[in-house]
Amino acid sequence: MSGPAPAVRAGAGVGRVLRSGLLVLGLPAVLLTAWWVLTDGSTSYFNPPLRTIVGTFGETWFGSPFAESRFVQDVIPSVLRLLAGYGIALVAGIVLGVAIGSSRALRAYAEPVLEFFRAIPPPVMVPILMLFLGIGTSMKIVVIATGCLWPILLNTVEGVRGLDPVLRDTARAYRLGRVATVRHLVLRGASPQIVTGARQALSIGIILMVISEMFAAKDGLGFSIVQFQRSFAIPEMWSGVILLGVVGVLLSLVFRAVTNAVLSWYLGYRQSQHGGA
Amino acid sequence: MTSPASSAPWGSAPDSAASEGSAPAPAADRPGGARLDVRGLRKVYPGSGKSGGGSGAPVEAIADLTFEVRPGELVCVVGPSGAGKTTLLRCMAGLLPATSGEVVLGESAITGPPEGMAVVLQEYGRSLFPWMTVAQNVELPLKEKGVPKRRRAELVRDTLAAVGLGDVAGAYPWQLSGGMQQRVAIARAAAYEPRVLLMDEPFAAVDAQTRFDLEDLVRALWKRLGITVVFVTHDIDEAIYLGERVLVLSARPTVVLEDVEVGLGPDRDQLGTRGTAEFARLRTHVYELVQQAKQGVRSLAEARLTHAVGGSDA
Repeated sequence: MSGPAPAVRAGAGVGRVLRSGLLVLGLPAVLLTAWWVLTDGSTSYFNPPLRTIVGTFGETWFGSPFAESRFVQDVIPSVLRLLAGYGIALVAGIVLGVAIGSSRALRAYAEPVLEFFRAIPPPVMVPILMLFLGIGTSMKIVVIATGCLWPILLNTVEGVRGLDPVLRDTARAYRLGRVATVRHLVLRGASPQIVTGARQALSIGIILMVISEMFAAKDGLGFSIVQFQRSFAIPEMWSGVILLGVVGVLLSLVFRAVTNAVLSWYLGYRQSQHGGA
Repeated sequence: MTSPASSAPWGSAPDSAASEGSAPAPAADRPGGARLDVRGLRKVYPGSGKSGGGSGAPVEAIADLTFEVRPGELVCVVGPSGAGKTTLLRCMAGLLPATSGEVVLGESAITGPPEGMAVVLQEYGRSLFPWMTVAQNVELPLKEKGVPKRRRAELVRDTLAAVGLGDVAGAYPWQLSGGMQQRVAIARAAAYEPRVLLMDEPFAAVDAQTRFDLEDLVRALWKRLGITVVFVTHDIDEAIYLGERVLVLSARPTVVLEDVEVGLGPDRDQLGTRGTAEFARLRTHVYELVQQAKQGVRSLAEARLTHAVGGSDA
């Protein structure tokens, strides 16, 4: 092939995109195909063919009219509750984490208690919170928020505590005020750990979104799946599980996009620290 | 030999041009420098009595330091390693409270990082904010100081150009070499327009050739801005080449061993200055003092110097 160099490079680029696309989609394709083929002749009531599940997917979730479809009536309320609880946990976790991480006294005071609360599996909180908050939206948001709080809080504390003392000295020597110090030094410096905590919290949040609806609810994705199971609408139940997975993947894609924007400096910085540059 | 420093706009070049003898009076336009007084400074680190790690006994880092730095003067501080040089600098910067004694900047005693003081630390890689570009790093202290936006942009541009980094303003610090990162830290300090600049072994971690360039940069900057500079180093040659005076410290607990006047004139260049008899004499003298300090000598009277201070021996 004797084409001009840029064309060759463009060709190689396309090849690389194709190859990484194959890498990303390869395993899901294999698994789906295996599921499809292995269940295709299935007559088991509880394990219907994937063909049947996919067939019911559209009408189960996006039936008309759209405003009354389960997507609008169940999925969106679930996701909104997740985002509300997650948002509360994010703000509370970062604010408390910065405070605790910045003060040695506060840390010594609070850390054992934090470790205790962190050790409690969040779903256990559902029955307790139901007693106080009933079974409404606020209960579910609080369940999600309390579950998501701990990884964010504890990672933020670690991140703030691990700030380079030389950077702290620099900020002090140049007389950065309290607000500027938190904004330009503490939050940015702790952001890699905060993001780590936020990532753990997101998967916990999705689990709690579903669990909070399984105990008692009148709408929601988790509620729908349980309802299908109890009414023996098995293919619909399976389609709900698939939808749950898709929601999780979409949320983590959004999360990754935000992370890449916030931490764009971090990757290069870490490479340079390891002698790469 | 053309260093990037001397090609900078602040061209009171340390090499050829300036040393040909027009000898601009260094004290001519010096509104900027402030006086710095260190009076009876003592610093004892309390022992870690209960909490386990390390020895329990308190460590006396600085016993008793008294000296003054006149407005617009460039003073170097040398001493054996572990002489409490960094402790001294941190006390002067208001980052560390003294156990007793005081540091007075201008008229007022320092209790915290004072206005009008900038610091450049040894760990250039850790004193720049890695999530900010070079220009943002230089600009941040100016923002906090309340410098108007237009003036900020001007200062950032000018100082970066002056340290030879005009073309990397948008890069992140970690994309630069060590010497360039230290230039950024110096540019940040210069843009801050301080009256006193403290430098803590700023070139200890850069390679020797880069160090020569940076030394010339500091001299040029000092001449141009007319500020007071205290430069802490363990490198005897560097201290003599840069300083108008060299304070030689004893080993810990630290006292001043000798306050050495450096009679090398206002204009210096790496080749000529380092080749003079006066430079060699000073180098021998300070070297001997530091050696004696390492062996525990705590005053000039105790020191047994084998080379006459008068100096026809070099």
